[in-house]
Amino acid sequence: MLAYVTKRVLGLVPVLLGVIFLVFCMVWLAPGDPVLALLGESAQGMSAGQVEELRRAYGLDRGFAEQFVSYLSGALRLDLGVSLRSSQPVGAEVLSRFPATLALAGSAMLIAVVVGGAFGVLAAVYKGTWVDSIAIVVALLGVSVPVFWSGLVLMLVFALQLGWLPASGFGGWRHLVMPAAAVGFSSAAFIARVTRASLIETLRLDYVRTARAKGLRERVVRLKHALKNALLPVVTVVGLQFGGLLGGAVLTETVFAWPGVGRLLVDAIRSRDLPLVQGSVLLVAVAFILVNLLVDLSYAALNPKVRYG
Amino acid sequence: MADLVAATAGRVPGPLARFWNAPAARRFRRNRGAVVGLVLVVALVLIAVLAPTLAPFAPDAQDLRARLRPPSTAHPFGTDEFGRDILSRVLYGARISLFTGLVPVVSGLLVGTTIGLLGGYYRGWLDDVLMRVMDVLLAFPSLLLALAVVGTLGPGLVNAVVAVAIVAVPGYARLARSVVIAAREEEFVHAARSLGAHDLRLMVRHVLPSTIGPLTVQATLGIGFAILSMAGLSFLGLGVQPPTSDWGEMLSRGRRFLPGSSWLLLYPGAAISLTVLAFNLLGDGLRDAFDPRD
Repeated sequence: MLAYVTKRVLGLVPVLLGVIFLVFCMVWLAPGDPVLALLGESAQGMSAGQVEELRRAYGLDRGFAEQFVSYLSGALRLDLGVSLRSSQPVGAEVLSRFPATLALAGSAMLIAVVVGGAFGVLAAVYKGTWVDSIAIVVALLGVSVPVFWSGLVLMLVFALQLGWLPASGFGGWRHLVMPAAAVGFSSAAFIARVTRASLIETLRLDYVRTARAKGLRERVVRLKHALKNALLPVVTVVGLQFGGLLGGAVLTETVFAWPGVGRLLVDAIRSRDLPLVQGSVLLVAVAFILVNLLVDLSYAALNPKVRYG
Repeated sequence: MADLVAATAGRVPGPLARFWNAPAARRFRRNRGAVVGLVLVVALVLIAVLAPTLAPFAPDAQDLRARLRPPSTAHPFGTDEFGRDILSRVLYGARISLFTGLVPVVSGLLVGTTIGLLGGYYRGWLDDVLMRVMDVLLAFPSLLLALAVVGTLGPGLVNAVVAVAIVAVPGYARLARSVVIAAREEEFVHAARSLGAHDLRLMVRHVLPSTIGPLTVQATLGIGFAILSMAGLSFLGLGVQPPTSDWGEMLSRGRRFLPGSSWLLLYPGAAISLTVLAFNLLGDGLRDAFDPRD
């Protein structure tokens, strides 16, 4: 297992370098002069001399490679520059928004796994019946309905019409219910589809027939013998879904005025605050990579075939 | 009787009949969801084409005396804050929605397939470099990558389409590559090579056709995803800009008039959901038709 962990972690190094490189390039790919792109609106009314002075101050007069190395060494120390809007260090500002986003994505994931898993198992066990049909239709809706729309509909019904939950803002669990349900719904749909397909496949295998033949109760066969193996592909999907959850969180945070990284990023894009855009993109991508690493490792821990394959 | 048999046996089925009777087409026709998806997609295309005829009003015609009216016989879906007819705007929105679904997928498909074809055919260092770049793109959650592109280039319809196209590239590249790697070892490819066919001809004439089936399925599902992503960007105010009739943009503005004017949200959101559902059903149906596992 240790060899596998080492291999996977080392394999991430080039990907991380690539991600940092892409984020670094955003300044160069933005239309116009990099200095002006970095300065945003504050560059207006500056003399050419002042701009050149700032170009030297930012180190933008140096060579491309030299600049990348200095961005990289900064990024590794979480020194990601200063926000144009708030003049705060970008790293600290993004990190301060992380707990809210992780709470949202985490509870959405919980909802998705519980609801999606349950629907998937029911659909597989009652394959071909009305239970299966309902599960399939709900799962299809889940992957088709935009997360910001289901969020708005939930808000309309449960907050504005019924008044059961607060419409928006950040606070206790009551504020978390609707955004988490909206984000979790689409992932639940994916998880339900995969769980169903995987369990149906597993139930056909020989060892399941053996378990039945030796007289085990159907419930034990399905839930203890088959489900355990059927859950392996589900673990992978859960990991991949985390990216979708983060994306869903970006949209949902805007709907519910949830103070997470997503809303910070969208506000930064709107106000052309490039250092803040870069910092948010980089840190969310790194979080996504780390979660996928954890999922891969737990997958390997569950399934010896992966480790030795 | 003998004449009849001779006549039937002698008739060669035309290309249309051969298409209609192909095993994949039969499987597709038997799949209720797939047929519903196809019908919905055709209906959507018709709505987009016929929008000027179908819409009772021009999409941007303002009637300031009829602002924020709930659904009525004159305005079946109600009106917005400028007195514009929601039904007409939803119908016209099908145009921008199909456009923003198709353009990123087609461009992503072109770039992705080229990358996958080159990498899978030549292998070696070229493949390594291309696939490492794809790995980096896949390391971003897809909406985050789209936001990064829009954050770099600036908001707007064209930049948002570019963003969603870039997000689509690595998926097609990987899929095309895996098909190409298997196809280049086929006997007919070896045979063509021994007859002296050069690389470009082998790639385009002999290897590329194998990718069409899997890529069609992926692209159909990709259209739904692209429409969803574009609607998301427009909802955030970073994609389609007013006054264009776009479903995501309508939702973005409509939510300011909650809780009173819920019709502003209901119809555009339902239109997005139905459109994405249609492409998902069609894509799932095509996959099951091309690749029957049961």
